[in-house]
Amino acid sequence: MELGQKIKCEADRTAGFGKAIAAMPGCERLGSCIQCGACSGACPLSIYMDQSPRQVIALVRGDFKKQALSCNTIWLCSSCYACTVQCPREIGITDIMYALKQCAMSERAYPAGLSIPILARQFVRMVVRRGRITETRLVMRFFLQTNWKAAISSWRLGLNLIRTRRFGIRQQHIKQHLELAAMLAQAKNANAGGSP
Amino acid sequence: MSNDESIRTGFYVCHCGHNISDVVDCTAVARYASTLAGVMVSRDYKYMCSSPGQELIRQDILEHKLNRVVVASCSPLLHEHTFRNAVAAGGLNPFLFQMVNIREHDAWVHADRAAATAKAQALVSAAIRRVALHKPLQATRAPIHPDVLVVGGGIAGIHAALTLANAGKKVYLVERQPSIGGHMAQFDKTFPTLDCAACILTPKMSAVRSHKNIVLWTYSEVAKVDGYVGNYTVTVRRKARYVDENLCVGCQECIDACVFKVPKFPDPFNLGMSMQKPIYIPFPQAVPQAAVIDPDRCIQLKTGKCKKTCVEACADRKAINLNQKEQLLEIKVGSIITATGFKLFDAKRLPEYGYGRYPDVMTTIELERLVSSSGPTGGELRLRSGKPPTAVGFILCVGSRDMRTNRWCSRTCCMHSMKLAQIVRERTGAQVTVFYIDIRAPGKGYEEFYDRSLQQGVQFVRGRVAEVSDCALSPDEAGKLVIRVEDTLAGFVRRVPLDLVVLAVGMEPQADAQEMRRILNMSCSAEGWFLEKHPKMAPVSTFTDGVFIAGCCQGPKDIPDSIAQAGAAAAEALALIDAGGIDQEPNTAYIRGEECSGCKSCISLCPYAAISFDAEKQKAVINPALCKGCGTCVASCPSGSIGQNLFEDQEVFEEINGVLDYV
Amino acid sequence: MRYHYFPGCSLKGLGRAYDESLRPVMERLGVELAEIDDWNCCGATAYMSTDHCNACALGARNIAIAESSGPGDIVAPCNACYLALNKTRNCLAGDSATRAAVQKALAVAKLTYTGTAAVRHPLEVLVYDVGINVIKRNVVRPLKDLKIAPYYGCQLVRPHCSFDDQWNPTAMDRILTALGARVVDFPLKTRCCGGSLTGTAPEAGLRLTHIILGEAQRRGADLIATICPLCQFNLDSYHDQIARRWGPARIPAVYITQLMGMAFGLPTEQLGLKRNFLPADKLLAAT
Ligand code: SF4
Ligand code: SF4
Ligand code: SF4
Ligand code: SF4
Repeated sequence: MELGQKIKCEADRTAGFGKAIAAMPGCERLGSCIQCGACSGACPLSIYMDQSPRQVIALVRGDFKKQALSCNTIWLCSSCYACTVQCPREIGITDIMYALKQCAMSERAYPAGLSIPILARQFVRMVVRRGRITETRLVMRFFLQTNWKAAISSWRLGLNLIRTRRFGIRQQHIKQHLELAAMLAQAKNANAGGSP
Repeated sequence: MSNDESIRTGFYVCHCGHNISDVVDCTAVARYASTLAGVMVSRDYKYMCSSPGQELIRQDILEHKLNRVVVASCSPLLHEHTFRNAVAAGGLNPFLFQMVNIREHDAWVHADRAAATAKAQALVSAAIRRVALHKPLQATRAPIHPDVLVVGGGIAGIHAALTLANAGKKVYLVERQPSIGGHMAQFDKTFPTLDCAACILTPKMSAVRSHKNIVLWTYSEVAKVDGYVGNYTVTVRRKARYVDENLCVGCQECIDACVFKVPKFPDPFNLGMSMQKPIYIPFPQAVPQAAVIDPDRCIQLKTGKCKKTCVEACADRKAINLNQKEQLLEIKVGSIITATGFKLFDAKRLPEYGYGRYPDVMTTIELERLVSSSGPTGGELRLRSGKPPTAVGFILCVGSRDMRTNRWCSRTCCMHSMKLAQIVRERTGAQVTVFYIDIRAPGKGYEEFYDRSLQQGVQFVRGRVAEVSDCALSPDEAGKLVIRVEDTLAGFVRRVPLDLVVLAVGMEPQADAQEMRRILNMSCSAEGWFLEKHPKMAPVSTFTDGVFIAGCCQGPKDIPDSIAQAGAAAAEALALIDAGGIDQEPNTAYIRGEECSGCKSCISLCPYAAISFDAEKQKAVINPALCKGCGTCVASCPSGSIGQNLFEDQEVFEEINGVLDYV
Repeated sequence: MRYHYFPGCSLKGLGRAYDESLRPVMERLGVELAEIDDWNCCGATAYMSTDHCNACALGARNIAIAESSGPGDIVAPCNACYLALNKTRNCLAGDSATRAAVQKALAVAKLTYTGTAAVRHPLEVLVYDVGINVIKRNVVRPLKDLKIAPYYGCQLVRPHCSFDDQWNPTAMDRILTALGARVVDFPLKTRCCGGSLTGTAPEAGLRLTHIILGEAQRRGADLIATICPLCQFNLDSYHDQIARRWGPARIPAVYITQLMGMAFGLPTEQLGLKRNFLPADKLLAAT
């Protein structure tokens, strides 16, 4: 059995992290959390999360950046907003999850072996380059990068798509995709709080 | 009622909704009672205490010419009065009535329906046999002295005194300290509005001083209370202040002139964080604004060998009188309001928090003085090193909610700490963390105050702190106080370095609460708080008629609750006074003169001093106005010459026979 | 009634049956849908996970193009698009810093965002602009005796739905009733279907899909009516995997617009019913 230190000291905290997240859009009420757990109770995915949404809020508020960014919670969050509409303190929990995802993305701090952020990254790349998503192409790329065996094992799904004439292989794109890319480059990371 | 008159009893059993009928078969009880001797009517009814229930009794008395009534229902404490009135409404003497408690004594404590029904029937049989022997009695009426004594000059006592005085009653306000104001006078601001404590308290203090109906005795204590409701004789001990408070104008020249050039004795108002001289005024807004001399520190009073520069300084007014003596004053009052307050938990009892060992571990009340503009630092918060704090932690529930110390919740410390947390953040910009078990903020505007604390960035960590130490395990802990606590919500243990730790000490009964309880003949809960007559229905009354309680002597509470309770106590006292007199239960003892042998053994036994000795007739005499019906003398009289109304031997024997008959 | 139409990527891809059925149904009801010129992806949740300001810029471009091409509200049939565009509108209304940054980015494409065009879902348009009575009048083949579970998904009603309840929306229930169907009482109508987790974290995602299918089965539904391409895809595409893990729950999921088309007597071929994995056309034809 390996013994590791579990206690958290000052060195485990990142001063100002909680404040920075609270400064991001939709996260203003973070501080108001009373740790009631309504969010975790409402969340349909909390059974798979290593930290419940409530714990994530506690971690963020307590400046425990590393723990907050490395949990699987923020990635399992499907943005269903069940938590947000139930929170008695009107905290934008889903938006906080987004803020954490953005932060983890920009610092590549997400847990290794988690494929969800990879999909997000490829999605963004396709939008920047083409302006639109071609779902089948996106999914194929995703599987190739993460788990090509899974791609093969879902051959039946592919066949079905072909059968129902939905296997669109031609890349969709908009006319002004260069202009869009320029636009996005202009607006990149310009949000009010900045990335913490 | 003559003996030959036949007994005609009406019997009623109450279902009390489902309270009784769920366990006791009320119909069976009524059927059984109808078979008993003398019972003319026997009924069961859903709510006997309701108007139709009472009307039932009245109607039956008229219709069936009843001359006795028995009701089996709840505790007589609740409804004996109701049913006596119903009996009287039917034209009968109200004491020709007996109540049987089949709720608290039966339905609520048993589960077996058959056995509980049998028990009810046995008790009913007893009551029906007993009531036949009842005699018509007359309640006596005792006069009420209109003056009121208020003990304790904190915010509760002040408010009660002012309320009564404004209603035109004469009030004696007795306070142990040299000034009124109590704990509230030490506060900087009050939650949840954050208004300045002094600004709202001092007007009331001055009003007390100037009110024509209030006699204010500070530096005084209640030494003895004799008598009974409406008619108390109270002895007040006025300690020697060595300054005539009517001549002193608070100019402080005596203090300046004192032979002690610098103050060197710890000032209790600032909890020893500043110093005072042997002659002092407790705090700037003290009422009365008059100096006091501490006899343990004054050279003249200790050794008789002082230059008495203070007396010289006051030569014009001659307010200082070093020969003043303690006085015992006797006053007559009709009712007493006890508002003696609380004391704070001694944080030294929890050595794990390092109070008394680490200079920067302090209590909430000490911090309160430190942030107060009238405090020892003029409101500037500094560590003992002189530096401003950067990280401050509050430990909640210190001494409270703990089987090892006090089991109760002190109710105010969460809010008090959050208030101080906000003030500390505002004044110093320090990081503030509150370590709590539960946040209890149930008052009006309190939850909102909690939310404001959260929004302002006060950190809340749920977990009871295990220890405070100055042992650094890493460089960032060096020179700090380190708290070890499980953050039970984040799910791990933490070490948190701080430079100021504030202990939210809880409230305890006053050290001499037991003595006060004896003097006023009140009861105390196991914890030592004065006991109210009923926790819901009579929250400011005590088991001693005419003695009321208000504020924290009854249990921990905040300022709004203390004031509300003080108002309630004042209203109860007013109701008593304005009723003009009180009915007394005629269950008094009486001496069958011819039989008393004059042995005097009863006299010393009576706890109410109701028995005197008629030297001429050589017989004991009981004053019915003083007798409380406790029965001690009845049982003690060797010649069996003392009887007691409503508890005559035959009545008690019949009651026993009634039960035995049934079984 | 004229609206700007924002189909979104899905309605051109996996969810094309939604687009195919929506157009003729709306036309029948006198609703004109003018597709926004050169619209781009709404950004969905993935973009929001990466860059807040960029996500808002994506939505704002679509809205700005619509606004510049004439008056009228925007209709977005996909729940994720509906949410993303509305979220953009809310952010730009409440957060001046983001708004300024987005305007600056739009200037690159010579566009300006004014915020005048509302973003609305077809359900809202159908119930509030067209009206239940008009829908009823168009029914020629009532969906008699079909038991249908209305499934709204999460992102239509949360977090800021202005026209229906966050937990128990009823707009679709009312349309289904107007079509003559029997509406199954369905408490999971706004529970998450798993979204893209069915692909990225099937262990978790498929379970959510299964919960919805299983509950609809337990409640005796013949069909599930959907209003979102991702919900429809999840509910329709993983029956084998779900059956392997938790036992079969084979209930076809179709778009509300397909049901309306059938009830209006539109030609079946026009409604994209052949695109379902688990076919519902026979069931529908039989009513
Ligand atoms: S529901 Fe809101 S208040 Fe409750 S724990 Fe979650 S974020 Fe905090
Ligand atoms: S929005 Fe995310 S965290 Fe909130 S309930 Fe849905 S899945 Fe859970
Ligand atoms: S008289 Fe007593 S027992 Fe009867 S209803 Fe009233 S409270 Fe209950
Ligand atoms: S009954 Fe009790 S109170 Fe009354 S005279 Fe006797 S001893 Fe005193």
